[in-house]
Amino acid sequence: MSAPNKSYDPVEVEALKPEEIERMRDEALAAFAAADSLDALQEAKVAHTGGTSPLALANREIGALPPHAKAAAGKLVGQARGAVNKGLAARQAELEAERDARVLVEEAVDVTLPYDRVPAGARHPLTTLSERIEDIFVAMGYEVAEGPEVEAEWFNFDALNIGPDHPARGEADTFFVQGPEGGTESGVVLRTHTSPVQIRSLLDRELPVYVICPGVVYRTDELDATHTPVFRQVELLAVDEGLTMADLKGTLDHMVQSLFGEDMKTRLRPNFFPFTEPSAEMDMVCYVCRGESVGNPDRPCRTCSSEGWIELGGCGMVNPKVLIACGVDPEKYSGFAFGFGIERMLMFRHNVEDMRDMVEGDVRFTRPFGMEI
Amino acid sequence: MRVPLSWLREYVDLPATETGRDVQAKLISAGLEVETVEHLGADLKGPLVVGQVLTIEELEGFKKPIRFCTVDVGTANGTGEPQEIVCGARNFAVGDKVVVVLPGAVLPGGFAISARKTYGRNSHGMICSSDELGMGDDGTKGIIVLPPETEVGKDAVELLQLVDEVLDIAVTANRGDCLSIRGVARETATAYGLPLRDPALLDVPGPNAFGYPVEVSDPVGCDRFTARTVTGLDPEARSPIWLKRRLQKVGMRPISLAVDITNYVMMELGQPLHAYDRGLVQGTIGVRRAEEGEKLTTLDGVARTLHAEDLVITDERGPIGLAGVMGGANTEIADHHDVENASTEIVIEAAHFDQVSIARTARRHKLSSEASRRFERGVDPLAAAAAAQRTVDLLVLLAGGTADGGVTEVVAPSAPRTITIPADHPDRVAGVVYGRETVVRRLQDVGCDVYGQDELIVTVPSWRPDLTDPNDLAEEVIRLEGYENLPSTLPRLPSGRGLTHRQRLHRRVGRALAGAGYVEAPNYPFIGEQVFDQLGLDAADPARRVVRLVNPLNDEEPALRTSLLPGLLGALRRNDGRGSHDLALFETGLVFHPRAEQHVAAALPVDRRPTGEEIASLGAALPEQPRHVAAVLAGAREQAGWWGKGRPADWADAVEAARTVARETGAELTVRKGQYGPWHPGRCAELVITVDGTERVVGHAGELHPRVVKALGLPARTSAMELDLDALEQASDGTPQAPGISTFPVATQDVALVVDESVPAADVEAALHEGAGELLESIRLFDVYENAEQLGQGRKSLAYALRFRAGDRTLTVDEASAARDAAVALAGERTGAVLRG
Repeated sequence: MSAPNKSYDPVEVEALKPEEIERMRDEALAAFAAADSLDALQEAKVAHTGGTSPLALANREIGALPPHAKAAAGKLVGQARGAVNKGLAARQAELEAERDARVLVEEAVDVTLPYDRVPAGARHPLTTLSERIEDIFVAMGYEVAEGPEVEAEWFNFDALNIGPDHPARGEADTFFVQGPEGGTESGVVLRTHTSPVQIRSLLDRELPVYVICPGVVYRTDELDATHTPVFRQVELLAVDEGLTMADLKGTLDHMVQSLFGEDMKTRLRPNFFPFTEPSAEMDMVCYVCRGESVGNPDRPCRTCSSEGWIELGGCGMVNPKVLIACGVDPEKYSGFAFGFGIERMLMFRHNVEDMRDMVEGDVRFTRPFGMEI
Repeated sequence: MRVPLSWLREYVDLPATETGRDVQAKLISAGLEVETVEHLGADLKGPLVVGQVLTIEELEGFKKPIRFCTVDVGTANGTGEPQEIVCGARNFAVGDKVVVVLPGAVLPGGFAISARKTYGRNSHGMICSSDELGMGDDGTKGIIVLPPETEVGKDAVELLQLVDEVLDIAVTANRGDCLSIRGVARETATAYGLPLRDPALLDVPGPNAFGYPVEVSDPVGCDRFTARTVTGLDPEARSPIWLKRRLQKVGMRPISLAVDITNYVMMELGQPLHAYDRGLVQGTIGVRRAEEGEKLTTLDGVARTLHAEDLVITDERGPIGLAGVMGGANTEIADHHDVENASTEIVIEAAHFDQVSIARTARRHKLSSEASRRFERGVDPLAAAAAAQRTVDLLVLLAGGTADGGVTEVVAPSAPRTITIPADHPDRVAGVVYGRETVVRRLQDVGCDVYGQDELIVTVPSWRPDLTDPNDLAEEVIRLEGYENLPSTLPRLPSGRGLTHRQRLHRRVGRALAGAGYVEAPNYPFIGEQVFDQLGLDAADPARRVVRLVNPLNDEEPALRTSLLPGLLGALRRNDGRGSHDLALFETGLVFHPRAEQHVAAALPVDRRPTGEEIASLGAALPEQPRHVAAVLAGAREQAGWWGKGRPADWADAVEAARTVARETGAELTVRKGQYGPWHPGRCAELVITVDGTERVVGHAGELHPRVVKALGLPARTSAMELDLDALEQASDGTPQAPGISTFPVATQDVALVVDESVPAADVEAALHEGAGELLESIRLFDVYENAEQLGQGRKSLAYALRFRAGDRTLTVDEASAARDAAVALAGERTGAVLRG
């Protein structure tokens, strides 16, 4: 920096003339406005605000001015530079916004492209339907009880009042397990129902007992459209003081309402099972036609075959003989129980037409059911 | 039990407007499972008339014999002229009375009859067989020939009782009484509140000494034996139409008059009867247990070897019948087809046998008859005398016989059974206040005698042997008051504890695998043992020890699975065969291992709680049944698509599936190189947990052995894993603990280590982990590199990213480097790893 020239007359310095400063400012602003890209703006920026730009050079001249002139010149140049910088920033922002908008447009994709890189898995609907039913009862305070699938005959039959000569024992379509050295007598079977879990619950648990017993059971039926030798049941057992058949009915109502809707109804029909007395067959109103297909050939219902009712399974008051076999005093305690097949319910709840679809493990069948049902 | 409505109406005056459907609804609500109502003759339309065959002209030149007949149908055809009819049947002659359907009529099945030209003649109608009229089997296989006295021109629809409704009832095991029209009529009468005309209320002469001699030496097996004799039977007498028709409607085939009558009375009263040809019975009829090995040929022609528990009917020679099950061929009454030898003297047996004994004999000989079905379920012992009387009456009426004055009755003394219940017992079972009056009335409806006020002494009727306990009586009251009238209430439960840890785990494992893209495929547990060879198991592999079934559905698969793989791989193959090739399946389920020491599960008593020891003994007789989880994969694990390439499923996915399961259980799973039958020897991971300081192999994962893939017909490179879920559950380390989270900056150091190809990455990582000390936050293998030129033959480079962090300060570069160096040093020491230069 050179020493100040005290005698220097600002008016005589061409570059610091106000009109000259204004011109420089206007040229700069015009250049910015003309810049149509960030790169062009960068060039204009260097040209008009860089160290060798006219305004920078003019600014440098101020130092050479006499002290009295410095302030006015400084103000003049400062204002011009301020306006230029502001104009630059504004144009910069404008161009950046334009660029950003353009980039977003350029980055647009076809969001409808499919994506099945790893196809979704699924749980089997029999599993999830069983769990759903369990959850209804767990919410009421029941606990889930489980037991072995290969079971002692005493648990599967005798304790349930199905003695060795009971007609129902021969009718149960039982798979018998070979005994020691391949003998036919083992006292062991593939359980024909989950009722042995009820017996185990009564033996293992403190009274009162409120359990739900889901599980796989076996009967010697050939696989066809409506039968499978391996299927799943859910059974319920409640043993407490003062339980009644009305409680059984209410519990059933609660279940079908939870599964099929608030206005569902159940119906009990007398039946016979060795392990319950009184015994009943339980039906629910057809949740599809609500009984309106009965006697109405114009509106046939496939779900209930226009019967109006769907058969669910068996139920009743626990036979006191069963309680005795488990060491429960039938004078003090009573109980109710019911059981039904999950396959059947899946069939009518989800329009499964063929039992085989449920047992063959075809992924096309299972996938649509997802994680819950 | 099939029950014709017309027969039912004989004993109950049902309103004329009641249809089969109406009766069905009433009986269902009373507890009889009326499965169907069959409407016989619903679509039948006349004219259907009796005709007499006037002429028969045999037509020649056709493939089968054809007859051109003229038939007198009276004025039924409007003209009175003989009706010309072409007929293909031959079992009739000129003069026979037959059933003729005239043009304009419609036969069952919508078969419309019109005059038409056939076999070169005009045929104006048809001569009918029982089949064509929907009557069921009459044993003739030809057209119906009516008794000669039948009036020509008469309406055959009514004559043959072709229009009726038949209820088909599935009778439960306790209701033997409803295997008779009498029993169903009683239920119907009660359901309608109408009186019953009991067909068993007959005048029966008392026993005397002149009856056929009978000796019952087993009064427990046979507590009642009535014998009656009818003589002078007309060997030409045949069952009248009404009798045949009723038998056909209940589903029985008419055979001969005497047999038809015994069947008819059995259907009517529920009492099985047997008719012996008196000429063939030698000496006293006896009832005793068989001698072991004794022989008897039953009416079905089967020669049977008897068991010492079988109850038999005998004469002087030995067994002449399997009591309550089936008669013997040696005393069979001959039917009218053999007039020369037809029986003219018959001894009728109406006996009552022990339920259990009959059930066992029927089961033992695999011989279920109409008689045994009834005895097993309980027959009214007091109906025997009436049934014998009814049989005698019908033989006299229809066969022109003479009732012999002798009446034999051997009866073991017994008292009627009584049950005492509090009068409000049904109320307490139902949860409804019926009141004493209703309870008493309903029990009387059932046929009980009831005495007492607060305590009711109830004598149950002889036809209801199933009523033995207070709850049986409660059920009678409740069902007659209507199950549909029960209120709906909910018990107040104690609070439950929700699902157990184990139950939640099972659900979680399923969700985790499904979330990872696996589809659940539960399979049958039945296997054939050849699958173990296909899976490449050693001869001594414990998984070859199986639980076998006595009566498998399929002889090819007589055993229970010891692994989930056979079933799951079968599902994989099935899916692949159906065109789904990119597959990831899983299953959780029980597998079955026989105990080292097997014994028979005892039949424990049921009149008390078994002891802990007894329960344990049952448990010890059962196989071990651990829950396993398995997953199998084939095809692409990741699909190719617009995003780029796909990736085939491989061994690593199978191992990862095992890790996914282990993560859910909270068990620490060690993966190490293993070798096991089904898996590729170079691509098999052994899955190990440590319980109480002891290592335990809980499964395997990896790619399947190419031989196994081939033997089972699987897609190439199928991968699989299987784990003992119960074992994993035991190794679960309980409640997860929160780690301390440091907010100081992380120091990252990467190292590439060169080791021998054979060194497992897991060993290197473990050494690095240990060597790095507690500053190490995490370690991740991010690259594996093999290049003989750069690394040397048989060497590989493992590149790890180590992240260090302290809980209380920012680590200096020196600290992080020192920790890294320590890690590398230990890895070098343990595995021979050297830093890649």
